[in-house]
Amino acid sequence: MKIINDEFVENAVVIHPDECAAPNDQIAPETTIASNIKYLAMGMLFGIIAVKSEIISWYRIQEMFRLQSFHMYGVIGTAVVTGLVSVWLIKKFNLKTMQGEEVIIHEKPLHWGNVIGGLIFGLGWAITGACPGPLFAQLGSGFLIVIVTLLSAIGGTWVYGLLQDKLPH
Amino acid sequence: MIEIIRQPWTWYVSGALIGLTVPALLLLGNKHFGISSSLRHICAACIPAKIPFFQYDWKRESWNLFFVAGIAAGAALALAFLSNPAPVQVSENTVRDLAELGIVADGHMMPASIFSFENLFTLKGLVFFVMGGFMVGFGTRYAGGCTSGHSIMGLSTFQLSSLIATCCFMAGGFAMVHLIFPWLLKLI
Repeated sequence: MKIINDEFVENAVVIHPDECAAPNDQIAPETTIASNIKYLAMGMLFGIIAVKSEIISWYRIQEMFRLQSFHMYGVIGTAVVTGLVSVWLIKKFNLKTMQGEEVIIHEKPLHWGNVIGGLIFGLGWAITGACPGPLFAQLGSGFLIVIVTLLSAIGGTWVYGLLQDKLPH
Repeated sequence: MIEIIRQPWTWYVSGALIGLTVPALLLLGNKHFGISSSLRHICAACIPAKIPFFQYDWKRESWNLFFVAGIAAGAALALAFLSNPAPVQVSENTVRDLAELGIVADGHMMPASIFSFENLFTLKGLVFFVMGGFMVGFGTRYAGGCTSGHSIMGLSTFQLSSLIATCCFMAGGFAMVHLIFPWLLKLI
């Protein structure tokens, strides 16, 4: 496993858009459909889990922010511990990707956006009852009005892109 | 078996399965778990408008778009085949607090009294869909990730920025529910 600091991304094997939160580090070439079908399948599993665990529920998010149920804390806490142990195992046994490549972990840059953007997202999370993943799941589970929320979220991302240089980081 | 799957899943099963997304994506092809990036890729693909932030090869990152399309499809499958006929359980205290704000717990995933097309062109719609969505999209990108990218992927890899971001996500949510909701819901 290799840890990459994105400030030196030019030296990395693969060039990413700066500050990509979910970069693709695979070196082996990928075809649009055949390579990506497995991520569609992973997404479907994730969508089923998101619905069945009720993390897409607006009420569950309210419970969480009112400290009236342990459910969301339990889900996120277990997810973090599982992720942590898995990443540790990958490192410990130097597991390779399906393509035989070294697993790459990026360091996420530390800046004021973590705080200011984090607070803005938190405020929005409590209103919409959804972070970006659940937005797609709410839409899929029949709340079609969420398409408006999703379009607004795309708009918000676009405005961030427009103002990026003027915002404190 | 299918009866068990139809029940709401308990927190440790759900959490473990969500956590396993991290190694699954890494081992399937060196992909970092993170969902808010999909919003950026959609901008880059559809409305780049010569903004430098959207000038990159989004096709290279298109796995992320397949992943979110899968989330919507998976949720639709869960609704069609695995849904639980019983009303969604919500803590009694939450039901009572929401009732004081005029929001009825109706047993669905989301209150139909707010999240319906009838409210689209009302003040309620402007706040809950337009403003809320905008804050989610703007805030996650400014913070460099969302619950998946920072709170799960980032904390799993011991990133300080993710710890700070996660604390701020929570602080924002607490502020909205406890400080802003009481007067905001009176206005709309």
